[in-house]
Amino acid sequence: MNADLLTPVLRAPERLAAYDLGQWDTLLRQARAALLLPRLALLADEAGVAATLPAMVTGHLRAARALAEKQAQSVCWEVKCVRRALQGLPAPLILLKGAAYLLAGLRAGRGRLFADVDILLPRSLLERAENDLMLDGWTMSHHNAYDQRYYRRWMHELPPLKHVLRESVLDVHHAILPETSRLGFSAMPLFAAAQPLPAWEGVQVLAPADMVLHSAVHLFSGEFEHGLRDLADLDNLLREFDSASFWLDLTARADALGLGRPLYYAVTQLSACFATPIPCEVIEHVERYRPSRGVEALMRAMHGKLFRPAAPARPSAGRAWARQGALIHAHWLRMPAGLLLYHLIYKGVIAPWRRDEAASL
Amino acid sequence: MPGLLKLGDLSQAEIGGLLRGPGLYLQTGVFRFAVRSSFSEVAQALRRLYEEHGVAAQGGFADFHVRVEAPPGRKFLRPQAQFYLDGQTPFKPLPRAQAAAMLEWGMNWCITAHAHQYLILHAASLARDGSGLIMPAPPGAGKSTLAAALCFRGWRLLSDELTLLDPGNLDMAAVARPVSLKNASIDVIRGFAGDAVLSDAVRDTIKGTVAHLRPPAASVAAADARAAPRWIVLPRYEADAPARLSPLPRARAFMELAQNAFNYSLLGEAGFGALARLVDGCDCYRFSYGDLEEAVALFAALAP
Repeated sequence: MNADLLTPVLRAPERLAAYDLGQWDTLLRQARAALLLPRLALLADEAGVAATLPAMVTGHLRAARALAEKQAQSVCWEVKCVRRALQGLPAPLILLKGAAYLLAGLRAGRGRLFADVDILLPRSLLERAENDLMLDGWTMSHHNAYDQRYYRRWMHELPPLKHVLRESVLDVHHAILPETSRLGFSAMPLFAAAQPLPAWEGVQVLAPADMVLHSAVHLFSGEFEHGLRDLADLDNLLREFDSASFWLDLTARADALGLGRPLYYAVTQLSACFATPIPCEVIEHVERYRPSRGVEALMRAMHGKLFRPAAPARPSAGRAWARQGALIHAHWLRMPAGLLLYHLIYKGVIAPWRRDEAASL
Repeated sequence: MPGLLKLGDLSQAEIGGLLRGPGLYLQTGVFRFAVRSSFSEVAQALRRLYEEHGVAAQGGFADFHVRVEAPPGRKFLRPQAQFYLDGQTPFKPLPRAQAAAMLEWGMNWCITAHAHQYLILHAASLARDGSGLIMPAPPGAGKSTLAAALCFRGWRLLSDELTLLDPGNLDMAAVARPVSLKNASIDVIRGFAGDAVLSDAVRDTIKGTVAHLRPPAASVAAADARAAPRWIVLPRYEADAPARLSPLPRARAFMELAQNAFNYSLLGEAGFGALARLVDGCDCYRFSYGDLEEAVALFAALAP
């Protein structure tokens, strides 16, 4: 159960034909836990191996395809609803992450599972947007005063909104990183470079280089929950955007926005896990963002655990520590030391006392 | 199914060993569950309810890997049971006395939450000579009781709760698992079929008192056989009512099925199409009954 059977077939799906039933047993569990089962089903179709697979396996792949198709349809519907709710705003609706990949018709959006829809709005319009959304039936999920202040004063997004009828979840971002982040930078250039979607009037997605950087920033500053899936997204984005001008944009943008470090991590992990074809010049360029040897060794050990599929039956202690380490690292990046100390004291000591206010770190 | 042992041929110690160790690979119709548990009452319940089912000696592939164990910290003090599908825990823990029933509910959940290769209806399904009977109904309408009675009188039990339909050719697939009986139904079935084998009744569950009924050997042995849907019957138990079938308009039957489906909307257009073809090809009835013998006699007379 510990061998990684998933990453090799994401890279080379034709290998699926050689897996025996025992290996499929492990693979289905790893793919399901990583939210990558529908992706696997599509890859099997594309590689022309779907017809050769054991009957016990094909049923699960059919089920996964049906689920992903339903989710894709639901996300499109949500975007239409949100666009209508926000039609009064003097700015386009910018989609982030999964919804952006899907509506832009990118490979990273195919066979993807979604937990929520993420949108980006200028900070100046936030209050108005929140009102419009509330009138449309979106409600706050975090009610207590501390959580509200945590999100509003320090974070780069509103507390998640939930629709009262559809129960869908919407994340409204006004920046890419928390206000208090060590990597702090202005999101304004991203708005300026965002690109319209021809089939979706009033809806935009980030420019390719920004989309990749945003994905890398999120992955390497704390959102490890679905680490392998998000790394696979990045692999797909880079393969699809591959062109001389894109790579130039990417490095220039990372330099300008101060996002070299996450790009460095993305490049090294993608090379290791997916053998993503990244030009030598880019690899050489991001070398300057390599952390000190000690930090690098620590991060490498952590990433090595987080980007391997979980052994779902018995989660390993190593993985638990890596997850904990990643969470601490993410919070370190997110806020200055004094604020972090306050946050930890609140979440560790005060919140458990006031049980009704307990919420996740 | 070839390559399988019968669970009834294993000793209690062997079953317990598999459950505590590498897992008991249990074939239940179209699904194979790898079951793990250190609870002896789970081993006993499985031995009683799944005597006729196949077990894969070598392990290998399973559709779902499930476990029932004590959640952390609740092994001794007010002991509890928790259901796990790999790392997932879809339910809150229950009192330990409900462990074996929780395994059954958990196995149902695995199917309804994941097996979208089928259109899954909340309905009992049975078959006679390859013709399928689908009985959708909300809880409490007496569909499990009726299904239990029919499977002792010549009908093959596919499932008392989950009707699985191939959305392409509408074939009905069997799970052939124990029938869940509640409250008064438990004694009704004991009285109706002297050879019925039931698990120990568990009191004070969310559904009241619950016992599971071992499916007849013939239903388990024929679980691989598909059935073609032929009748849709909406049952309703009414005390002292005469057994009566009345025609149900197809549009009404469609709506009843859609409301009693687990993944009708998830399957989108394919689900709609399958349900429409299903209703078109079946005779549709409402059915009320107060006495099981009368009910069973009336079903025997359904046109083939």
